[in-house]
Amino acid sequence: MSGPDRMLLSGNEAVARAARNAGVALGTGYPGTPSTEILEEFSNLGGRAQWAPNEKVAFEVALGAAYAGARAVVTMKHVGLNVAADPFFTAAYTGVVGALVVVSADDPGMASSQNEQDNRRYAEAAGVPMLEPADSQEAYDFFTLAVRISERWGIPVMLRMTTRVCHSKTIVRMRPPAPPATAPHFEHDFKGRVMIPAHARPAHRRLRAKLAEVAAWNEAEGPTVTVDGDPSLGIIATGVAYVHAREAAPGARFLKPGMTYPLPIGRIRAFAAGVRRCAVIEEGDPYMADAIRAAGIAVESKAEMYRFGELNVSRVRRILSGDVSPEPAPPRGKPPQLCLGCPHRTVFETLRDLGCYVAGDIGCYTLGVLPPFEAMDSCVCMGAALGVGLGLRHVLPEAEARRVVSVIGDSTFVHSGITGLVEMIYNPPPTGHVLLILDNGTTAMTGLQEHPGTGRTLDHRPTGRVVFEDLARTLGVPNVHVVNPTEDPEAFKRLVQDSLASGQLTVIVARRPCLLAANRIRQYEQATKEGGTHGA
Amino acid sequence: MAREVTNVVVAGLGGQGVLKASDILADAAFLAGLDVKKSEIHGMSQRGGSVTSDVRFGREVLSPMVSAGEADYLVVLADDQVDSNLPALREGGVVVPAAWIDEKSLSNRRSINVALLGALSVYLALDEAIWRQAIRANLPEKLLEVNEQAFEIGKAAGRAHRAASADARSPQG
Repeated sequence: MSGPDRMLLSGNEAVARAARNAGVALGTGYPGTPSTEILEEFSNLGGRAQWAPNEKVAFEVALGAAYAGARAVVTMKHVGLNVAADPFFTAAYTGVVGALVVVSADDPGMASSQNEQDNRRYAEAAGVPMLEPADSQEAYDFFTLAVRISERWGIPVMLRMTTRVCHSKTIVRMRPPAPPATAPHFEHDFKGRVMIPAHARPAHRRLRAKLAEVAAWNEAEGPTVTVDGDPSLGIIATGVAYVHAREAAPGARFLKPGMTYPLPIGRIRAFAAGVRRCAVIEEGDPYMADAIRAAGIAVESKAEMYRFGELNVSRVRRILSGDVSPEPAPPRGKPPQLCLGCPHRTVFETLRDLGCYVAGDIGCYTLGVLPPFEAMDSCVCMGAALGVGLGLRHVLPEAEARRVVSVIGDSTFVHSGITGLVEMIYNPPPTGHVLLILDNGTTAMTGLQEHPGTGRTLDHRPTGRVVFEDLARTLGVPNVHVVNPTEDPEAFKRLVQDSLASGQLTVIVARRPCLLAANRIRQYEQATKEGGTHGA
Repeated sequence: MAREVTNVVVAGLGGQGVLKASDILADAAFLAGLDVKKSEIHGMSQRGGSVTSDVRFGREVLSPMVSAGEADYLVVLADDQVDSNLPALREGGVVVPAAWIDEKSLSNRRSINVALLGALSVYLALDEAIWRQAIRANLPEKLLEVNEQAFEIGKAAGRAHRAASADARSPQG
C-alpha cells in the first residue's frame, strides 16, 4: 500500500491502516460505538471485512481464521466483549497458529453506551495480553506489535482502546509493511484445540507459562515510555490519561506502560523507588493501582469520584492535588432525539397511548424513553427486550401482564433477539406475548451499517438475507404481521391493541426504512439490479 | 515552558457540519506543519443533539481535549448553543457565532460551517492557500465553489467584527 508517510488519523483509522499494513487476512466484528469505523475503514482500504450477527460469532470466525494460520482482527465495543466472553476465555487456552487481535473499544463516560465497564479486567481474568494505546500513533504501532506478540507466543492479544483514542485524530507516521504471514493451512491439534477437561488442564498451564514469558519480555523490551523529570512527583499513567497527565503535571517524572497486562511490575517498582511521591493516573477502575499495590508497591490512587466518567487535564490536576470537592456540572446541551419523521415515532406514540409496559432494547429507538413518548420501561443489553418482557408477563397479575410488549430493532434482533424468540415459543406466558421488531432496514444507531436482515454485506453487496417474519413463522409463532406503522397509524394501533387482547403469541414486524438510510438503500438496491445476481 | 498551543472548540447541533468544520481546521493546521489533535464524541449526539469538537494545534500538543475555560476560540454553528458552550472559553477568548454570517448571503445555508471557518481564519496565522487545500481535501468537487464563496463571506465578516472589537477597546487603551 502506498500513500503519504504522515497522516492525521483517528485511532480507528490508524488501526485499520495498521491491519492492512500487517497483512490481516480477515476482519470481523459487530458495529458498536466507538469501534465501528475500524472495519469500515479496513474495508475501504481494500481489506476483507465482515459484520457478524454479534460479537461472539465475530470472535469465533476470527479465531477460526487464526487457527488456520491467518492474521485476523475482531472489533467490538466494550459490552460486545461480554457477548464474546465465552470464546475469549477459552481461546486464551487453545491459543492460535496465526495472529488474533481483539480490539475492545471502551466508553468511559458513556458517550453512547449503557455502562462504563473497564475491560482491562477481562484481559487479566482471561489471561490475554493487553496493549493500551494513548493516541493514534500508538494505536497504529500497538496493533502491529499485537500481531507480532500473538504470532510469537500463539496467543490472542487484546488492543484496549477508549472513546477518546478511537475518535481523536492525531498525527501518524506510517511504518514499513510487516513480513508476510504464512499461507493459511490446517493441521490437526486435538490436544491443543479440543478443550475437553483432559486437554484443558494442561492448556491452562501452558497459558500461564506463555504469560510468564510475555511478562518477562514486557519487563525487558516492552513498549514502556519513560519521561525524566523532577523526582518529587512520579506518575504512572496509561492510555489517553497519560497525555492529560503530561499536560497537568509538566515537570513530573513519568512511566507509561504500553502493555498493561501483564504489567511490567519490576519497572514500576524501580520507578516508584526513585521518586518521593508516586501517583497512578488511569481512567475507569483503579485497575493498575490495585495491581501495583498488590505487588507491595506504595502508590497513590485517585479518589473514588474519579472512577466515574472520562478524565481530562483539569480532572487530573484535581486528582494530583487531592481535590475531592464537588466538580462543576458539565454544560447542559440539547439532548438527542428521534429524528422528525422517524418511523419509530409512530410506534412509541402508540405504545404510550395504549399504556403499555415496554421491555425495550439497544438502538436509536431507546430514545423512545424520552418525552414526548416516555414509552420504554427497560433497556439492559442487546436482546434483553425478549427475556425481560417474558419475565414480566410470567409474574404480573393478568390485567397488567397483558400490557407488556417487547420492542427490539432489526439489527439487535439478529444480534441477540432470536434466542429470546425461541424462549417465547418454549415457555409462553399464560397471557401470550407481543414482540415488536422495529425493522428500519439498517443499524441506524452506529451509523447505518448492514446486518443479516438487510441482505447486504459490510460493503453493501447482495448476500443471503434473514427474513424475520419467515423465521418467526418457522419457529411456530401463531400470529405474525408485517406492517408499515406510518402508513395508517390508527390501523397499527388497532393491531397492537388486538394482539395484546388476544392472549396469544404475536410478532409484529414494523417495517419502514430509516429516514437517513432510505436514499442509500435505494441506491444499493438499484446497483444490485444493474449488477445482476451474485452472492447467496 | 510555553507550549504555544491554540485551542478551538467548534459547537453546534447534530447534522450541522460541526465535525466537518473541525476536520477542515485540523487538516489546515496539519498542512501548516504543526502538531495537531482533534477530539469529539460520536454516537447519541448525532441524533440532533449538541455536538462539540475540540481542535488543538501548535508546536507540541498533549491532551486532545480543550479544558474548560481554556478555549481561545469558540466557533458556534447554532445560535442557541452559544450560552451552553461559553464555559469552554478562556477570559479574553473570542466567540465566532453563526450570527456573524448573514445566511441570505450564502448560496447554500449548509455551508455556514465553512463560512465560520472563514471568520475564524482572520484570527489565525494559517495561510490562505492552506485553508483552500484543507477545504478541497474534505469536500466533494461539486460543493467546492459554494464553500469557497462561503469562506470568503465569513472572512469579510470576521474582519469587520475584529475591527469593530478593536475600535471598542481602543478608548481604554
